[in-house]
Amino acid sequence: GPDPLITEPQDWAMITGEPVDATPYGMPIKYEADVIRRNVPWLTADPISSINFTPIHALDGTITPQGCAFERHHSGAIELRKEDYRLMINGLVDKPLVFSYADLERFPRENHVYFCECAANTGMEWAGAQLNGSQFTHGMIHNMEYSGITLRSLLEEAGLTAAGDLADKWVYVEGADASSNGRSIPMEKALDDVLVAFKANGEALRMEHGYPVRLVVPGWEGNMWVKWLRRIEVTDHPVESREETSKYTDTLADGTSRKWTWVMDAKSVVTSPSPQVPITHGPGPLVITGLAWSGRGAISGVDVSIDGGKTWSKARLAKPGEDKALTRFYLDIVWDGSEMLLQSRAHDETGYVQPTKAQLREVRGENSVYHNNCIQTWWVKENGESENVEVS
Amino acid sequence: EKLGLGREALPEEVAAWNHDIGPQGQGLPVGSGSVEDGEMIFSDNCASCHGEFAEGAGNWPKLAGGEGSLADKDPLKTVGSYWPYLSTVYDYVRRSMPFGAAQTMSDNDVYAITAYILYSNYLVEDDFVLSNENFLDVEMPNAGGFIIDDREAAEAHFWGEACYENCKESVEITKRAAVLDVTPQEETGDTVEADSATSEEMPAQVAEAAAEAEAPVEEAAAVVAAFDADLAAKGENVFKKCKACHQVGEGAKNKTGPILNGVYMAPVAHIDGFKYSKDFASAHDEGVIWDDAHLTEFLAKPKAVYKKTKMSFAGLKKDDDIVAVIEYLKSVSQ
Repeated sequence: GPDPLITEPQDWAMITGEPVDATPYGMPIKYEADVIRRNVPWLTADPISSINFTPIHALDGTITPQGCAFERHHSGAIELRKEDYRLMINGLVDKPLVFSYADLERFPRENHVYFCECAANTGMEWAGAQLNGSQFTHGMIHNMEYSGITLRSLLEEAGLTAAGDLADKWVYVEGADASSNGRSIPMEKALDDVLVAFKANGEALRMEHGYPVRLVVPGWEGNMWVKWLRRIEVTDHPVESREETSKYTDTLADGTSRKWTWVMDAKSVVTSPSPQVPITHGPGPLVITGLAWSGRGAISGVDVSIDGGKTWSKARLAKPGEDKALTRFYLDIVWDGSEMLLQSRAHDETGYVQPTKAQLREVRGENSVYHNNCIQTWWVKENGESENVEVS
Repeated sequence: EKLGLGREALPEEVAAWNHDIGPQGQGLPVGSGSVEDGEMIFSDNCASCHGEFAEGAGNWPKLAGGEGSLADKDPLKTVGSYWPYLSTVYDYVRRSMPFGAAQTMSDNDVYAITAYILYSNYLVEDDFVLSNENFLDVEMPNAGGFIIDDREAAEAHFWGEACYENCKESVEITKRAAVLDVTPQEETGDTVEADSATSEEMPAQVAEAAAEAEAPVEEAAAVVAAFDADLAAKGENVFKKCKACHQVGEGAKNKTGPILNGVYMAPVAHIDGFKYSKDFASAHDEGVIWDDAHLTEFLAKPKAVYKKTKMSFAGLKKDDDIVAVIEYLKSVSQ
């Protein structure tokens, strides 16, 4: 029969809606209230020093709204006013300087879209398939448009003559929060594309993303993107801080560990269908979609397999891949209603091809913890539901 | 070319922030600390999370043990088994610890804690004194255990052609996440919606009080005292300093410290089943109550009141903060 939603006048077609200013800074409509960050309580001792996950399964396009972009704090997110903000540059510079927030706004500004991925993203999957949902397996990632100034411009303002040969120099960066998280960055990277950012997606950084100022280290592990940035020191040695020795180092099968594994390898994941996004429409046209990225540059292509890697098809990129930013891919198929072992495989502009978990384990064993960029498999069942699995 | 922005950093400003310690001891302050002193300082400030012997508590990091485990399945990475540089311990303890009271330790106390962590890993004897002078003499067992990122060489085969047809003969499922079943249950939007609806209608403080008022009274409330909502709100802000260890409100759980619901006018050590220090237990037996005077005294300098308290927090410096936080505790005790 005829659809009453069409044939009968509905409330929203008769009664007026909310006025402007009902929510001066809006939230998503209540029907989207399940599109939120989530954490895995057993993962850490305390939510103050923890991480949560971006609901990538429920997003489309490539830009992550700040309000659902994953958070990682080591001693909680702090409230730091712009007026109380100070940034110091010291060490091997010609003149140590202190900048106010207002000073930073007077340097020439740039805008760039970059992904930020925690080195531990997919880390719980090293030893086996663990978590059901791309939010949990791949959600330690976000992708935003940053407005800020180059780290190079600040270093040049302080002067690098005193540093002499820059080839073996480092830049140590640290935050103003109680963890005072600090990392060492080689000078070459510091002078290349690192940003000191104050806006993301056009608005001020949210508290949880380092308001008022954070570091952006394109393509490199998220822990280096120091939030609440308060100090930049030019040194002739890496500090070898806790976060670059005891953490964020990759232990191989023989017990030796790789350090300074900063760049994030090419990676991709199908976000829909996936365990949190079952197919509800039955056989017929089906949009398979997901995200791909590489810390080494732009994504050049993405392949999708529906048979667990026996055969692969080239997916359609929504836009040509961009440097160190997320790329959205689609594969439009007619689903016959049978089981699928759904995978995606990223290629980047350096010719790197995303490896299988077996290939990664061959080199790195199962105890690496960090930098797991393996091909992910979803077992899509006849009823449209999916499960995280590993395949031979 | 320079823009002439910013101002010169003063030497005392650089000295206040420039605290990083390099692997060759760069930046170490002059000073020393003994294992003996470290044991006491560690017990007071660190043991509630890391265990009396640095063996770890709950999900908090273990700082000792794990020797020879790095090539095992699930290696135990501790200062003794994994950390390549002792400088990292000093740098990290001084910058980030204790959790919730960072950057409050004296340089000598940090030496003592570092010495105790070495001792708990059997790397020094019990009469050892660590100083800036002998710092580099300590040998870290895993100092040689690291190589610099070699992915471009060791994983060179990941660059190349990809297969598209007949890539493998058969495919079997070898592992399933459903077997482990460790995915957290998703909270649906309903909860979020309900919460935001409440907060839109009334200020959080009132909402919380209202919610508690509706809840059935489990036991006779100690004394119901009226509270100043504005002052309590100020106190809630001060309470952020306590949140690393203490939870309040609905669904609060004991963490490093006990739940503080109902603490106002309650007997000392008011939570059954929480492991309090001996000091607390005896005060409980003597019938000491957390009234205004006692809370004020304790919050100003916890260790002056209870010498053995496990609470590492040094105390609130401002009287206004103490008054506000007590008002807040009052509000969560209704």
